[in-house]
Amino acid sequence: MQWTELIVFSALFLLVTVMGFVAAKWQKGDTLEHLDEWGLGGRKFGSWITWFLVGGDLYTAYTFVAVPALMFGAGATGFFALPYTVILYPIVFLPLVRMWSVSRVHGYVTPADFVKGRYGSHWLALLIAITGIFATMPYIALQLVGLEAVLRSMGLNGSGILGHLPLFVAFVILAVYTYQSGLRAPALIAFVKDILIYVVILVAIVYLPSKFGGWGEIFNDADAKFKATPAPGDGILLNANNQLQYATLALGSALALFIYPHSLTGILASRGRNVIKRNMVALPAYSLVLGLLALLGYVAISAGTKPIVNQATGRPDTNTIVPELFGANFPSWFAGIAFAAIGIGALVPAAIMSIAAANLWTRNVYKEYLKKNATPAEEAKQAKLASLVVKFGAVAFIVFIDPQFSIDLQLIGGVIILQTLPAVAIALYTRWFHVWGLVAGWFAGMAYGMYLLYLIPSADGSRKHFGSSALSLEKLSLFGWNPFEGVKMTIYVGVPALMMNLIVAVVVTLIAKRAKVFNGTDQTDPSDYHVDEDSPRVKPVATH
Amino acid sequence: MPSDRKTGLRWSNWNLLLLVPLLMLITPWFNIDEPRLFGLPFFYWYQFAFVPLGVLCVGLVYVKTKDQPVVTGKPDKLGVDDLDEGAN
Repeated sequence: MQWTELIVFSALFLLVTVMGFVAAKWQKGDTLEHLDEWGLGGRKFGSWITWFLVGGDLYTAYTFVAVPALMFGAGATGFFALPYTVILYPIVFLPLVRMWSVSRVHGYVTPADFVKGRYGSHWLALLIAITGIFATMPYIALQLVGLEAVLRSMGLNGSGILGHLPLFVAFVILAVYTYQSGLRAPALIAFVKDILIYVVILVAIVYLPSKFGGWGEIFNDADAKFKATPAPGDGILLNANNQLQYATLALGSALALFIYPHSLTGILASRGRNVIKRNMVALPAYSLVLGLLALLGYVAISAGTKPIVNQATGRPDTNTIVPELFGANFPSWFAGIAFAAIGIGALVPAAIMSIAAANLWTRNVYKEYLKKNATPAEEAKQAKLASLVVKFGAVAFIVFIDPQFSIDLQLIGGVIILQTLPAVAIALYTRWFHVWGLVAGWFAGMAYGMYLLYLIPSADGSRKHFGSSALSLEKLSLFGWNPFEGVKMTIYVGVPALMMNLIVAVVVTLIAKRAKVFNGTDQTDPSDYHVDEDSPRVKPVATH
Repeated sequence: MPSDRKTGLRWSNWNLLLLVPLLMLITPWFNIDEPRLFGLPFFYWYQFAFVPLGVLCVGLVYVKTKDQPVVTGKPDKLGVDDLDEGAN
């Protein structure tokens, strides 16, 4: 047991717990019994709060442990996280402000609310909501993987169910204050999390390389390690076969990120269009940190860091690379701060994700199908309960099912959330697609994506299916026809799946229009997409 | 419906700057080791250089389109109403 680390960690954890409960009173509205307040923090966060909140939301604990772990294991392919988070902001800059405006005019809380308003179809909205909830659940579970990696590095590495106890305690606390304070809790905690992360990374990035002979030496060590392994895909540079995968994974992930419900929750909680635009300029500061952090995977190679064996699964857990590197090379008190940064880094996104999933459940399932005339207070009550269910579902995922399963699901999550892109993002610009075209496209893209993922074995050959998201082009099959026979290049599965979705959506749209099938009613007006905070047309917050 | 009904899209040529960071997806341009900078292979520092470049592009678009939304005179080709003939 590493007592100093544990004490520092616990002290910081206690601090954010107090903040989580106090947050209920922070910038308080008239009532917390409304989704605008509980689920969106009163829709009034300014530039700074949004920066910390969205930064804390997108750059999660899992990212912070998994990306360096990927670099440690496979090399350059893991660096896709940097292009991903650089091209992200230019891509979403324009659509996000449209989403904010139309949501502000009509009081939409979730992406599925928007789809329902735009197409007047609660079935399409239901598809979007279910996709969102299903994609978010394993993401929450992964935050626990990040948190557990730190707990186990501090010596809380018990076996069996008891080994998960510290994780369980941490999550109960999180669940209770999220229940009470809603989105204000992660918004306030994000300040602590992000400041800790910045301090730790800056220190690590200055101090550790000098300790191991400088960056040149570190890259040479990594190069030597990868050259010595038999695996063909690793190395400090890309090779001929994985460049397409690198670029498409970065692009696909960037397209997917802001249609995840939790990312939109952070955006809809902001005060106005300029807050969002300023954040699109300022958020890449986190990308820089993420890129630097990724390189710590190579530092761990030079340092000879060994992943610790997870006593619950009996396998070495590469996600412990960064915690182990910090633990071995920093004084205990600073390692404690670093662990707290990662641990608290898990709490912020887990809270936001559970709120986003709860909002989807409440608005697009509960109110739509179970209790049509629910009052705002009943909606808030339902969402609070749903957030508890979602979180305990995530804990159960980690405790009772192999964590590897969550990692696989998260991989699938990116592919499936991409299938909502036509209905959520393209619909912001045009209503050309027919509602049945979007539904058909969703089913086609989903089925094709799952089929392709099923074909992919894991890199080490230990599993035959759902092994990664990198599809070898020679396996890309259309009803048995392989257009790229013999091509070894790999591509991110999300791309062909989304293409299938779009093609089917276009074809069905053309047929439906020809047949003059009713295309739903559009509640939105073209001018809604440009409304800003000072307009008289914005819907008053927390009233109905 | 409100009387201030405008075209569904606004466009400014500054928006084209948002495409520049996408150049970073062309991996053959930078998938090389030399020249190194501070020990980092070209592959890495080239991509790091895109962080400030991306900020610059998005920042310019933000500043240049801030107070003067450019509304195109002619009805937009992708206008919601033109394409929406089946809606009512």
